[in-house]
Amino acid sequence: MQPNVVSLISIGRHPQSGRARRAEQDGRGVELGLKLAGEKLSVLHVGNPEEPVLRQYAGMGLPAMTVLKQDETADAVPALSDYLQQEKIDIVLTGVRSESGESSGMVPYLLAEKLGWPVVARVADIVSIKDGVAEVLLALPRGQRRSVTVKLPFIASVDNAAAPARQSAFGPGQRVRMESVNTHGEVDQIRVDWQEAPAKPRPKRLKTVKAKTAADRFKAATAKPQGGSGKVMKNESAAEKAKAIFDLLIEENVIR
Amino acid sequence: MVIDWLPSILIVVLLALGVIGALRRISLWRAGQPEKVNLIAGLMAMPGRYLNDLHHVVERDKYMSRTHVATAGGFVLSMVLVIAVYVFHVEQKIVTWLLLGALVLMLCGAFFVFKRRLNPPSRLSKGPWMRLPKSLITFALTFIVLTLPVAGVLPEGFGGVLLTLILSVGVIVGLGELLFGMGWGGPMKHAFAGALHLAFHRRPERFGGGRSTGLKPAQLGGESHGVAKPSDFKWNQLLGFDACVQCGKCEAMCPAFAAGQPLNPKKLIQDMVVGLAGGTDAKYAGSPHPVRKTGKEPGKEVGHAKGGANNIITAGLIEADTLWSCTTCRACVEECPMMIEHVDAIVDMRRFLTMEKGDTPNKGSEVLENIIATDNPNGYAPSSRTNWSADQNLPVMKEKKQADVLFWVSDGAFDMRSQRILRSFVKLMKAANVDVAILGDEERDSGDLARRLGDDATFQSLAKRNLATLSQYSFKKIVTTDPHAYHCLRNEYADFDTEGALKGVEVLHHTTFLNQLVQAGALKLDTFKGGKVTYHDPCYLGRYNGEYDAPRDLLRSLGIEVAEMERSRFRSRCCGGGGGAPITDIPGERRIADMRMEDVTATGAELVAVGCQQCTAMLEGVVEPRPEVKDIAEILAGQLIEEVH
Repeated sequence: MQPNVVSLISIGRHPQSGRARRAEQDGRGVELGLKLAGEKLSVLHVGNPEEPVLRQYAGMGLPAMTVLKQDETADAVPALSDYLQQEKIDIVLTGVRSESGESSGMVPYLLAEKLGWPVVARVADIVSIKDGVAEVLLALPRGQRRSVTVKLPFIASVDNAAAPARQSAFGPGQRVRMESVNTHGEVDQIRVDWQEAPAKPRPKRLKTVKAKTAADRFKAATAKPQGGSGKVMKNESAAEKAKAIFDLLIEENVIR
Repeated sequence: MVIDWLPSILIVVLLALGVIGALRRISLWRAGQPEKVNLIAGLMAMPGRYLNDLHHVVERDKYMSRTHVATAGGFVLSMVLVIAVYVFHVEQKIVTWLLLGALVLMLCGAFFVFKRRLNPPSRLSKGPWMRLPKSLITFALTFIVLTLPVAGVLPEGFGGVLLTLILSVGVIVGLGELLFGMGWGGPMKHAFAGALHLAFHRRPERFGGGRSTGLKPAQLGGESHGVAKPSDFKWNQLLGFDACVQCGKCEAMCPAFAAGQPLNPKKLIQDMVVGLAGGTDAKYAGSPHPVRKTGKEPGKEVGHAKGGANNIITAGLIEADTLWSCTTCRACVEECPMMIEHVDAIVDMRRFLTMEKGDTPNKGSEVLENIIATDNPNGYAPSSRTNWSADQNLPVMKEKKQADVLFWVSDGAFDMRSQRILRSFVKLMKAANVDVAILGDEERDSGDLARRLGDDATFQSLAKRNLATLSQYSFKKIVTTDPHAYHCLRNEYADFDTEGALKGVEVLHHTTFLNQLVQAGALKLDTFKGGKVTYHDPCYLGRYNGEYDAPRDLLRSLGIEVAEMERSRFRSRCCGGGGGAPITDIPGERRIADMRMEDVTATGAELVAVGCQQCTAMLEGVVEPRPEVKDIAEILAGQLIEEVH
């Protein structure tokens, strides 16, 4: 049985030119969707159906895509959750965070909350789907993977470690069937009130490299970070856990 | 007597069969897409094109040109007279003697064809082509003996029944090859298809010494892009494939073939013939597309390729890698005596792979995506395009609005090696007080790479946006150090220039422009005192634009006598850097740049002068020890006598 898979796509932004493009992670989401569902993959976008970047996604060989038409100022989540509730869907694929707009990375979580589905964050691959259970590989830092099984339906955010999006071809992109659905958007007032400014690079914690030899440096660059100072609290009371977090924040000078 | 009517009947029957075959062949070409040609003017121009343009190419091989004139001339003349004498029974003595003369001429020619076929070079196809000289000799000898009694040299009825039988067999063999074979796909097909190909050539500008090298724009929109099936070619392209004589001149010149990459231009054209006629390539008797010894897979050898007019070409007829091996250097087109357009066909098929299948190999996909998102192939920030000239004090068009010369910087702006060429050129222009400006960050990739990789949509978009920028400013000349951008601006942008942004503008390569400056005495140059120097002709400057002399004149102005390579000027070997070949990077036995560097080394030169940043990069990529590689602008800048104020 082929699962019903929906890939959510957004308008990306090229880091060098700032120009609209097929978003890196969403492209991988479509690629993974094509692997799971082939031509039956549904691709969903909220926004302007005239946006030319959508054709870059379609150029991956999509016969059709659905656009929930709404204004730029409107919130995408209500429209999405309304639409997804109507359909019978097994897996929703999103990027981890969008390259434009709020870029909060909250869409999968907000959707999951509304739909009452689990979220599987940072997926590298979905290996198999059998009897309503999917075997999923999660991407961990430094190329590590964790294998988990998840019951359908679920929402997965696709990590950069997933297979890269295939080449986008001009012809199929031009011929895609755009199914535009009108939605009543709620204006996202918080987003509208935001002011955008070019990002400043975040200050980085200085790392003193103690390694003396090239081999040590190589190890330092590649080895799994040794937590050491971390501590796992499972059985303590909530107050104790909160206290531990509070202490850490003071120690790290986050709050004074 | 039996001999009186037998030849006439045989001639008429074979002539009729030949015509039927020819009509069938024409119907095969008509499966292609419509393309407007001028039927009458084309046919009228055909003999001139044959005698002038085609013969000009064949004349490079004196032995073959004389042989062909004798054989073909003798045959055409004798065929006309044979019909006159044997079908219409013109019995004047002078006509029969003329016929004898024509036949003897043809016999001589056929003898030399035969002689060359005794020990044929590997580039020639064997198979039916080995039979051809024998058929030609049979034809000529048969009709000579047949005509001797008619001319009154021998008595009527000489030789009796036995000779009659032998001669009848001769008539069937000779005319079978020449008339029947012409229509039904034998080696003589080349005469019939070739003549029509000359008449209805897709680039008539090439005749009469002209040049037409810009690719034709792809039609965007619709159900498919590019050429997927043989029937997607224009009908006169199909006709062109059929004109091939399998001489293998293209094979001998092709850099990809020599490097062992899976492309043999001759086989490619024969594959197209298989495609248009349907069937397999089992009858092909020439060199195959090279197969790498390590990765030999079954099904790649001759005999396994299958095709039909409506079958997808890359599904069974040829491998996609064959198409991606081409560097678009045009050596094959330049060399082809039938003036077949290999590069057009290859790019047409690449367009399908890129724009429909999304299947550009290796870095192709990444590079195209970068070009779309950042207007340069490596994905650099468009706002950093002018960084190279931070210390050059170059005026930007946005502020200056007009200048004599617009310097088209090209994507070399992002590459540190190419920047040395750019700086040298700016130094020379400043020394000559040229009124120059650049577009700065407003410039975009010329689209050359996208177009050769088959993405004509991106090329057209870039061309239109570049033209829109250019139309805002006024200038008399565009000069560029990149022959690829030069070719696009000069030969390919005109198709999209609706605003007339380049109207009346002279597009020049920097070597041409510098040569003008030197000739006008605007640059004072010291004599070059280094060692021996050779010059590498970039394909897009030489074969694409015919500029062979300006770079050599410049070197001469420094007192350099260029030690020419064996393959130079129109026969220059590609550096391997064109047509997106470094991007698609199809593996072969060796690298094209290494072979070119061997050509350089063979002259004993210590320095190879180049006129292209791409060639510079490719040749400098060859491991040392090797001769030094420098752009002509760099050599000139080194010899510049700067006035001290």
